[in-house]
Amino acid sequence: MDAFDTFLRVPGTVTAKGAHVRDGIDLKRVMIMVVIALVPAALFGMYNVGLQTSTLYGLDWNFWHMFWYGLIRMLPLFVVSYVVGLGIEFASAQIRGEEVNEGYLVTGFLIPLIVPVDVPLWMLALAVAFSVIFVKEVFGGTGMNIWNPALVARAFLFFSYPSSMSGSNVWVSKTWVSALKDVDAISAATPLAIAHESGIEALGAQYSFMDMFWGFIPGSTGETSVVAILIGALLLVWTGVASWKIMVSSIAGGLLVGWLGNIAGATELPFYYQLVIGGFLFGSVFMATDPVTAAQTETGKWIYGFLVGALAVVVRLWNPGYMEGMMLAILLMNTFAPLIDHCVVTSAVNRRAKKTLNA
Amino acid sequence: MSNNLDLKKGLNIPLKGSPAREVLASVIPGVVAVKPTDFKGFIPRLLVKEGDRVLAGSPVMAHKQIPEILLTSPVSGTVQEIVRGEKRKLLAVLIKADETQEYVSFGAKAPQTAEETKHILLNSGLWGSIVQRPYGVMAGLEDKPKAIFISSFSTAPLAADTDFTLGDSLQDLQAGVNALSKIAPVHLSIRREVYSSTAFHKVENVVEHLVSGPHPAGNVGVQISHISPIRKGETVWTIAPQQLADFGHLVNTGKLDLTRKVAVTGPAAAKTGYVIALPGTPVKELTRIEGDVRVIGGNVLSGENLGADGYLGFFQDQITLLREGREREWFGWAKPIRPKVHSTSWCYFSWLTPGKKYDMDTNLHGGVRAFVETKCFEDVTPMDIFPIYLIKACLAGDIEKMEKFGIYEVLPEDLALCDYVDPSKNEIQAIIQKGIDLMIKEMA
Repeated sequence: MDAFDTFLRVPGTVTAKGAHVRDGIDLKRVMIMVVIALVPAALFGMYNVGLQTSTLYGLDWNFWHMFWYGLIRMLPLFVVSYVVGLGIEFASAQIRGEEVNEGYLVTGFLIPLIVPVDVPLWMLALAVAFSVIFVKEVFGGTGMNIWNPALVARAFLFFSYPSSMSGSNVWVSKTWVSALKDVDAISAATPLAIAHESGIEALGAQYSFMDMFWGFIPGSTGETSVVAILIGALLLVWTGVASWKIMVSSIAGGLLVGWLGNIAGATELPFYYQLVIGGFLFGSVFMATDPVTAAQTETGKWIYGFLVGALAVVVRLWNPGYMEGMMLAILLMNTFAPLIDHCVVTSAVNRRAKKTLNA
Repeated sequence: MSNNLDLKKGLNIPLKGSPAREVLASVIPGVVAVKPTDFKGFIPRLLVKEGDRVLAGSPVMAHKQIPEILLTSPVSGTVQEIVRGEKRKLLAVLIKADETQEYVSFGAKAPQTAEETKHILLNSGLWGSIVQRPYGVMAGLEDKPKAIFISSFSTAPLAADTDFTLGDSLQDLQAGVNALSKIAPVHLSIRREVYSSTAFHKVENVVEHLVSGPHPAGNVGVQISHISPIRKGETVWTIAPQQLADFGHLVNTGKLDLTRKVAVTGPAAAKTGYVIALPGTPVKELTRIEGDVRVIGGNVLSGENLGADGYLGFFQDQITLLREGREREWFGWAKPIRPKVHSTSWCYFSWLTPGKKYDMDTNLHGGVRAFVETKCFEDVTPMDIFPIYLIKACLAGDIEKMEKFGIYEVLPEDLALCDYVDPSKNEIQAIIQKGIDLMIKEMA
């Protein structure tokens, strides 16, 4: 009850020790900013869900048909994500006797945007429960976790139910439409998969660069539109909620490895295509920048971001089994972020030690 | 000789109620309090009992382990009450002041050696004015400080303007500097923007440092960490300008006269300005207090909650009045615009009105959470330390790491802005103090 109460009204708590006045900012405000930044990608994604379905089945839908279809398909995912996730958060806050932490507002919004629209709801519920319990709560809740919980939910689905999570058949919503029209076998591969399996010509035949830039392509709901993601990125950088250093260095890392791949002949895909296909940009902007799981030192952020971007493209280019490297790259770098910080801090401490010795 | 120190990081909190440059009143208090709790590291042993007569400068209590260190009465009068708290902890000695003041005569003589200077400080009860770094405790008798640092100005929110309070005490300041320089070289930092207009630039026999930048540039600890970082085993002494002037006055006149101009500040103050008063004066006699108001001795960042019935502390030359922010704002965190709330975060729109002063209250503006956003700490800490790592080392009680991350160079007040900006509402100053207390215990 307390949690709902503080949700509606700012607590009347006054400062007990330390500074007597405090800044107006709190975590609720920070988290809601991230959710707002995600809204353009989410709205566009809903429209695109309808667009992809109607294109695939040759339906004569107008803009509102497409948007409503997407909205109605996405709504259950959001409901399940929030009900299960917040339920567990509330329960564990009760157990620990703490206030409910608002971190899940963002996680719960991210998860529906990075899974296939048609993912069975029970799977989603399982993935959410797994990630909230085992990735967040066992470590002590928001602020204590090592890995990004939204990404772990996706990874959980990917490794547990690969048939619902990968391949050419999952990224366009068919659940209701296929009952109307018996074309279940039609596949709609993502540009990433097309480029990987059939090469750049096949990709060019199906989608133009601008299609991919605007986001009129199959993929997970949030990731397709570069434009919508950039609007969100702008808000995050403007408000200072997410680190621009991580975004920039991640993109730089991705471009560099993509370019090296061009030179080495590993791929025909022009290096800048790495940014517009798959979940690269979405990951760089919304997932890699999570302040809890990213590197915390400013120098560390440059290194961490660069390695995220570089690794993601390395996986794309040199891993035949699984094209989308962003998820694994971020999770891997989440693991190493404390190590990066440790190195940065140790070198700073040594520099300081020298200075104070010579002083 | 002068050196420049330009600090970029930090924050001036835009709080309403800076003190008008006028003297509002001169208070002759009925009762003053001598509070041993003002002096960190002082363990009191009473030297008086109720009904005893004292003069201004008579000892009231001594340090239990170092009997040479005394606290003296700022007034002549009669001991009215010994105030004790839990476990009979001595909180204050209340002294009823005489109508006409009589002073102990210490003899007006400029000290020629370090020993003579120490002798005067000890006898007069002003030894406690000297704060030692690291740890910010009362200086030890056997200390061999490598330098004595004085910051002539404060950048803290609504702080008293030392040029207004001490501008006409140049002779006293100089006498204080001369005496202290027998012990160690004296460094004096002066705010660069006002260098030529302030009286402090006329003080001689010091190493001058011209400092500019937002708060905490005026904190002596921040200045030391740039000018002469403290290594393990080293000691530095600091003294605030008001106490320096008090000491110089003693040297010049032989009288302990702690009369000072106290700044009355804050958004809840009926009238801001300066009141001439003594340390230990009841705050009620300094200003009118109405409604649910918090009376802070010192500034809003690291001041002490005195309470409406409290007494001004020994080091405090400022009181700040703030409304208690107990009312609960509907949808506060979700409102797009909250014009009455200041935030350094661009999640709000305070950046649109850079000159605006805010009528702040004591509301915490949120609930306590784990650390999430930590870059904000670095943005307000103009020192070569990693605040978040130091904070975590203090939380963990890891001595070795605290040393590495710079525990010797900080006092809670130097990281007070971290309290202010933290969206997770952690008590950074309390954490740092806990770390320092642990260091004192372990290193003793």
